[in-house]
Amino acid sequence: MSFSLFMQHLTNGISLGSLYALIAIGYTMVYGILRLINFAHGEIFMMSLYFAFYGVAIFAMPWYVSFIVTVIITCMLGMLVERAAYKTLRDSPRITVMVSAIGASFFLQNLAVVLFGGRPKAFPTVQIFTDVIKIGTVSLQRLTLIIPVATIMLLYSLLYLVNKTKTGMAMRAVSKDHETARLMGVDVNRTITITFGIGSILAAFGGIMWGMKFPQIQPFMGVMPGLKCFIAAVIGGVGNIYGAVIGGFILGIGEIMLVAMLPQLTGYRDAFAFVLLIVILLLKPTGIMGEKISEKV
Amino acid sequence: MLKIENLCVAYGYVEALKGITLNVEEGKIVTLIGANGAGKSTTLKAIVGLAKAKSGSITYQGKNLLQEETKNMVRNGITLVPEGRRVFSNLSVLENLKIGAFYRKDTKKIEEDLEWIYELFPKLKERTWQQAGTLSGGEQQMLAVGRALMSRPKLLMMDEPSLGLAPLIVKEIFNIIKEIHKQGVTILLIEQNANAALKIADEAYVLETGTITIKGTGSELLKDDEIKKAYLGESHG
Repeated sequence: MSFSLFMQHLTNGISLGSLYALIAIGYTMVYGILRLINFAHGEIFMMSLYFAFYGVAIFAMPWYVSFIVTVIITCMLGMLVERAAYKTLRDSPRITVMVSAIGASFFLQNLAVVLFGGRPKAFPTVQIFTDVIKIGTVSLQRLTLIIPVATIMLLYSLLYLVNKTKTGMAMRAVSKDHETARLMGVDVNRTITITFGIGSILAAFGGIMWGMKFPQIQPFMGVMPGLKCFIAAVIGGVGNIYGAVIGGFILGIGEIMLVAMLPQLTGYRDAFAFVLLIVILLLKPTGIMGEKISEKV
Repeated sequence: MLKIENLCVAYGYVEALKGITLNVEEGKIVTLIGANGAGKSTTLKAIVGLAKAKSGSITYQGKNLLQEETKNMVRNGITLVPEGRRVFSNLSVLENLKIGAFYRKDTKKIEEDLEWIYELFPKLKERTWQQAGTLSGGEQQMLAVGRALMSRPKLLMMDEPSLGLAPLIVKEIFNIIKEIHKQGVTILLIEQNANAALKIADEAYVLETGTITIKGTGSELLKDDEIKKAYLGESHG
């Protein structure tokens, strides 16, 4: 493989990894705070693509307006799902909530079929993002560079929010101990809702960029990325934001490189994530950045 | 200040409290002693709304507490130092203290209070940026007390602050409780270490399997033969 081809694959892998990372954060944050896998997260991602599509194609908004509206509506959708499917079950056994999460996922998939139709639609691409540029001998879409840069900016904002603000402090406290957080005057329900909102905002950004990279949308498109990003979160150590990012990049780069190096395995592209998951669960079940689970008195 | 009347709390079919009546007057140190499983922690949990009362009433400054949500207790001036410290191990010492003042908006006063806590617990100042999970048990207890004080409580409730601590540190904790009390904070203290608790208490209650069996002043109970036998580890004669 020539150097320029390798670079091309690598940049591709990095941008796919960025998208995985953005979605994986949503899983990991919700898990961190509720010890719940939000199975509807992939569907929230899928919905965001439809919102952006409708904004541009039906309501004829300029792309930037449509994208901003998409982020806001997706955020609200995420919070709504939390209110409807999880908040009501706050004191129920965890298995009940999990079933509710799976239910929410199916509900959104089928809602999308009813609302948007099952036939795939072409996501509106934006010329300035999809232009092909050449850096040396490497030619790539401008998007391939924009995605990682946008991801880094989003990550930076997220880490600032989580580590430096009062809301972030409340989120970290709630993730440790709901009861004590409540005793300190923290509104636990509100903090959880905010967490879902933030995860959904990141999923919306990921969705929009995903749509421009792979411009075909359909109601079940959230399933596979959702599963893979869940795996990315597990690989990195579920509950840990840095872990989700690392897991996302490992998965994205690994997947692209596998196909690039061994083209005969192209058909197994999606299987790569699951093989990696099995390996990680065997070698380090808590994930790369996962905290040791120790019982304290 | 705080009045509990005929309070019953049950977990499923198990009755944890079978109608207790208890009164905490403003400016006093009141202690509730008793063996494991007597219902001491349940009493505190019921006050802050973490355990649901089946019947009876809890009023605080004339206000019905049974209708209040847990998160609003600190706003009313009631703060609990929970059993087992329960510091946020993933937060720094400073953040743990700041979360104690979570509901407060008076940034300037919060800074002043932070200085006050650091004066009260110089060890915490040395460890400002350390994660709370890395502190020793005694330091974590001090952090838990400091965190509670950051909410500027009028009524500070402590659930077994001496649990699992070395005797020297227990002494320090009790000195600090006295110090806090001097600053005008009313204290409701739950202890297994009956001796230490009764020594500083104005009023004391003994709880046995969900019922209050003895009440009196701290010094009265210290002299009480039955208490000596059951809780103070001294035999007759």
